[in-house]
Amino acid sequence: MAEPVLEIRNLSKSFGALKAAVGVNFDLMPGEIHALIGPNGAGKTTLIHQIAGTLTPDEGEIRFLGKDVRSLSVAERARMGLGRTFQVSSLAQEFSALRNVMLAVQARQGTSFRFFRPVMSDPSLTEPAMAALQRVGLQDRADVPAAELSHGERRRLEIAIALALEARVFLLDEPMAGMGPDGSRELTAFLDELRHQAPILLVEHDMDAVFALADRVSVLVYGRVIASGPAAEIRRHPAVREAYLGEGA
Amino acid sequence: MRREQTVNACLILALLAAPVLAQLAGEPFFITLATRVTILALAATGLNIALGLGGLVSFGHAAFFGIGGYAAGILATHAFNGMPLFLGIPGTNQMPVIWIVAMAAAGLLALPIGVISLRTSGVYFIMITLAFAQMIFYFAISWPAYGGEDGLSIYVRNAFPGINTLKPMPFFLICFSLLAVALLVFSRLRDSRFGAALEAARQNPERLAAVGIAPNRIRLAAFVISAMVTALAGALFSDLNRFVSPSMLSWQMSGELIVLIILGGVGRLAGPLAGATLYVLFEYALGGITEHWQLFLGLILLAVVLFARGGVIGMLAGRAKHG
Ligand SMILES: Nc1ncnc2c1ncn2[C@@H]1O[C@H](COP(=O)(O)OP(=O)(O)OP(=O)(O)O)[C@@H](O)[C@H]1O
Ligand SMILES: [Mg+2]
Repeated sequence: MAEPVLEIRNLSKSFGALKAAVGVNFDLMPGEIHALIGPNGAGKTTLIHQIAGTLTPDEGEIRFLGKDVRSLSVAERARMGLGRTFQVSSLAQEFSALRNVMLAVQARQGTSFRFFRPVMSDPSLTEPAMAALQRVGLQDRADVPAAELSHGERRRLEIAIALALEARVFLLDEPMAGMGPDGSRELTAFLDELRHQAPILLVEHDMDAVFALADRVSVLVYGRVIASGPAAEIRRHPAVREAYLGEGA
Repeated sequence: MRREQTVNACLILALLAAPVLAQLAGEPFFITLATRVTILALAATGLNIALGLGGLVSFGHAAFFGIGGYAAGILATHAFNGMPLFLGIPGTNQMPVIWIVAMAAAGLLALPIGVISLRTSGVYFIMITLAFAQMIFYFAISWPAYGGEDGLSIYVRNAFPGINTLKPMPFFLICFSLLAVALLVFSRLRDSRFGAALEAARQNPERLAAVGIAPNRIRLAAFVISAMVTALAGALFSDLNRFVSPSMLSWQMSGELIVLIILGGVGRLAGPLAGATLYVLFEYALGGITEHWQLFLGLILLAVVLFARGGVIGMLAGRAKHG
């Protein structure tokens, strides 16, 4: 069997008395979409933060491409190929969409300690950035400052940035949120393609999208994974229906 | 964008034209005034790299301004009295050497200050940079070797090969050339990869780290470069006044540099120049009438902060645009 790209073992994290992760196990195989679902406050975003390095786990192990990454900084993990999007868009607000993506291209190419060549006339930056914008359908909005983009456009820009990073794994935190039904459908088709580029950890509340896309689903409740398995199985799982899908049927 | 370039060009040409006209009119005092504008603009251009591009509100840049000033004063003193500096190294009255020493000294000092200060942010960063500058200020006051509180006189203005620096006009032209180079460096730097990362570190450090660029390394480099440019201005300032004293290291000086940038336009290429021009003209026009001219300056500053966020450049050229 293939090696997992991302492997989380026994991860625990508390904020004071609040347990955001309790012995969490999770892995991501090449080519798959593994969805992480769970009610508000379950600890999904906290888990992404720990993988990306913005939060330090209390206990447990995080392996990425076979390497223990706990001692690496956010930037170092990103350079290894962890591409994440934020639940609440996090962009360089004054920069145009293009320049936001160019930042990722520049980081991908190596050192940022280059002081003289103007970035805007450097096709090795602008062309890949434009290509990434094109893939998410933002090419016509390339010159618009991030602050002036619509909510949906900002979500797509986040994905374009992750694309430009040539990420080895995508950590997507509720990419569908606030996209509207058309936007969600488009994005679902897009992510279905994206999995061939790199596996996706998908945190999402939109169950149509989750069950259309996910190969596997894990359910997180109060920091614990209460169920994990193939999508079809999880859909039928009684504890899941009760705890999360909230259905009596 | 075009409009900003026009405004910048006009400001720079005006700065060059003023002393020429003063020379023709036989009013050398105005050459000195223009030189003062130029040097303050250079110092603030240095700070503008950290503050304007990187969002690092250093309230301690007087330390670097003063280090540059003392580098010029101390080297000139040793050149004058023929005593070696230390380890048999002689002083010098050659400006290019003095500039290099000034910039190197400030860079070496900015490195540890930056490393420590950048562990904090916001108000704490302001306070810790102030604290470092105050330490150096008190050190200069209490160290008698180079004049202590009384400062240090430079008996003959330092020399530049092939140029008579004792005359106001050639000295102005030296300062003007250095400002022109600094503005060129600023604009190249801003448009470069480094500048992109630095501006992103100001806007959203979390995003910058998430694409794989560690914000603090970028900020530290900017802080050091910024200090070096300000130190160069300090060396020129000593030569202009032929005098260096702890007042160059004072917190008022740090504040003045910040004021220049806010007046002119934070992060704008010609912001420091516009701010310095306004400041010096104000000081000249009102300083003769009332010693409370800074009160009026304070009111103007208040108006800028409340009603014209982009400063003079913002008013003349509109908002900054990022490609
Ligand atoms: N930095 C923090 N300090 C203290 N508590 C935190 C912190 N970050 C998150 N929490 C708490 O941890 C719990 C898990 O939060 P998290 O954001 O991971 O939930 P989530 O599963 O992403 O929820 P949602 O679906 O609403 O996005 C919440 O109760 C939250 O209030
Ligand atoms: Mg969340």
